[in-house]
Amino acid sequence: MDFEIGPGLFGDGFMWTILWSDALIFLLVGAISLFVASFRRNPQNMERWRQVFATRLGMATFVIIMSYVVIALVDSVHFRKALPATEEQSSEQVFYSNDVHSLLDLALGEMGERPERTYSAPFALKSWNKENLLLPDGERVRDYPELAYGGAHLASPESFVKDVAIKSLVGIGKGLAVALALIGLHAFWLRRSLSAGAGEISPLPWKSAWITFAIIMAVLGWLITLGNLYHVLGTDQAGNDTLFESLKGIRTGVLIGTLATLITMPVAISLGLAAGYFRGWIDDVVQYIYTTLISIPGLLLIAASVLLFQVWINNNPQFFEIGLEKADAKFLALCFILGITSWTTLCRLLRAETLKISQLDYVQAAHAFGVSHFQIIKRHILPNLSHIIMISFVLDFSGLVLAEAVLAYIGVGIDPAMASWGNMINMASTELSREPSIWWNLCGAFFLMFTLVLSVNLFSDLVRDAFDPKTKLETA
Amino acid sequence: MFSYIIRRLCYAIPILIGVNLLTFVLFFIVNTPEDMATAHLGDKYVTEEAVQEWIAEKGYDQPLFFNGDADGLGTLTDTIFFNKSLKLFAFDFGTSDAGRSIQSDVLDRMGPSLALALPTFFIGIFVNISVALMVLMFRGSSLDRFAVVVFVTLMSISYLFYIIFGQYYMAKMSRLFPVSGFNDGIDGWRFLILPIVIGVISGIGASARWYRSLFIEVAGLDFARTARAKGVSEAGVLFRHILPNTMLPILTGVVVVIPVLFMGSLVMESFFSIPGLGSYLLDAIRAQDFAIVRAMVFLGSVLYIIGLILTDISYTWADPRVRLS
Repeated sequence: MDFEIGPGLFGDGFMWTILWSDALIFLLVGAISLFVASFRRNPQNMERWRQVFATRLGMATFVIIMSYVVIALVDSVHFRKALPATEEQSSEQVFYSNDVHSLLDLALGEMGERPERTYSAPFALKSWNKENLLLPDGERVRDYPELAYGGAHLASPESFVKDVAIKSLVGIGKGLAVALALIGLHAFWLRRSLSAGAGEISPLPWKSAWITFAIIMAVLGWLITLGNLYHVLGTDQAGNDTLFESLKGIRTGVLIGTLATLITMPVAISLGLAAGYFRGWIDDVVQYIYTTLISIPGLLLIAASVLLFQVWINNNPQFFEIGLEKADAKFLALCFILGITSWTTLCRLLRAETLKISQLDYVQAAHAFGVSHFQIIKRHILPNLSHIIMISFVLDFSGLVLAEAVLAYIGVGIDPAMASWGNMINMASTELSREPSIWWNLCGAFFLMFTLVLSVNLFSDLVRDAFDPKTKLETA
Repeated sequence: MFSYIIRRLCYAIPILIGVNLLTFVLFFIVNTPEDMATAHLGDKYVTEEAVQEWIAEKGYDQPLFFNGDADGLGTLTDTIFFNKSLKLFAFDFGTSDAGRSIQSDVLDRMGPSLALALPTFFIGIFVNISVALMVLMFRGSSLDRFAVVVFVTLMSISYLFYIIFGQYYMAKMSRLFPVSGFNDGIDGWRFLILPIVIGVISGIGASARWYRSLFIEVAGLDFARTARAKGVSEAGVLFRHILPNTMLPILTGVVVVIPVLFMGSLVMESFFSIPGLGSYLLDAIRAQDFAIVRAMVFLGSVLYIIGLILTDISYTWADPRVRLS
């Protein structure tokens, strides 16, 4: 899906390009906001959420997760730049580059557009490989060549340490300044709304949220400033900046965690509800479907489906205009397939819970009053299932992010045209054994992935404790 | 009991038919044999004859369900559905796209898979339950909270990272173990230690945390408190009262997996070059050998269903109140 926008607004012409996954993710953001809005109306749910955010850990992990989500969303706004007009071309005709950029690329500055020839270590000034060099006096030597971009602004290598120190301070300062400004605004707003009334509610631990936010902004400021001057995490085999690739992997990681569950959630909810509510032959059919799917080992089903879908995509290239669209289609297929394998657990839980709820007196009473099936499900059953849906969504997320790495290793992961942590970790398995070993590729992907998964795991624990009535026993 | 097992086996048949149909649709209707041939033979510039020859050679040149050209029973048996899908029920896996007998390959490779998977599995259960019981002793203390944080941290690390890191540091840096490889018989233990250790460690986070929450739930119940009140030692409470009462959920999670252990571990086996079923399947996926993948999907579901039946049987052993009927 392409939308052309002529020159004028942003200088040169460019074209918004909406990949299918972009459209889906923004649709989902809308759906989740609606869900949250409807959730807020229920005071019981509000109380439970308050319980999650009343802990410092809940606040801090939520801020971290939201930063990932925001970066993923910014990275989901794609466009293609117009190519400079050539002489034979008529003035109305504009051609667009096949490289798709995102707003994140703009925010990161030049970070992604400084290719070196091959590997280089973090903050290195010289390449990792020796090459034949031609000295100015005509002599040929074999030595490490200087990098084309990493530290190219330095007058001499001696000023390296001083430069890094100064630029670090500048970067951290910039990040902190932005963070403090936003925190100040928020604190001001908070005070006003507090003084306006509602004094009885105990205050949430905003301080830990602010500290986390400030740290994230400082790190981002530092990374962006230094990342435009050096290769903070080195470069990979093709000479791409590892930090840039890792940051681009955020979108893939967040999307795979959310899309895979959400794509199939409508199916899981409607089938689970139908089976538990109507029982009889519908129950039998639904049970049959999910028992069949469960009995195929998950990884095998995923591998087989992805393999077959890849064959289909490769045999039908006519549907995809640019390379990224093809990668995007593969990505969506992967999400869908992952969703199908994790769908069954949710469906089973929902069926059992619906069976239980539909026996309760108030549902029976509603039946007696002649309320329609649809109304009963909507008013009496679905609201009582929402916590199960939410808990399973949050719990599945981290598992899916981790699964992506394993799938990449098996060879049924994300297309290499899309940056992904799985592909980076997979590459690193051979790079570590080189001499001297290349550890930075593993490092960037691993650290970002670990932070995301850890935050989500900690957060989901809190959510489960707050919403699951069973865990109340733990305090006993 | 016996009639129960028979009945469960009969229930398994429609499920296996479902799996069979699903794989059939995936492999022969979503993708036609022509697609597979082009994928297999390489590029788009492959000639039509080569494609047809490949299809004929692999036996994919028959009609899907109904063969009008054949006589008698042949109308049904000379079809792809019969030859490639129904024959799986007789464990007749046919030949792989590379021309080898899948059946003998599977039998050859089950041994190494089990040599790795069984010790990993049982040592893993032992370690996880011990760790969880140890943490349970200190429940409510700061040590308990610290342990939970460690568990969550451990389970947030990618499985691949455990393997890469373990292989790199334990094998390459300290040279304690061979990097990879396999040897039949007793000498093979040196090759297996490292993958087993890594497999166990990578599982601790998620499993020990799960066992801990199971134990804690039971530890708060009345009978545990009564036992303590009448002076049973803490160890006695743990082993005599808490552990037996968590047996059912533990068995539910554990027994299902045992038959599937035959399938081996895809990632672990290929990292350590162990010639088991996992690496067999992985090679098949990478070489796009659909015949093998199809056979393994079927085999996997058969094993899973056996696991379900075993789980039910194990209930009667763990809890005398359970009667199968």
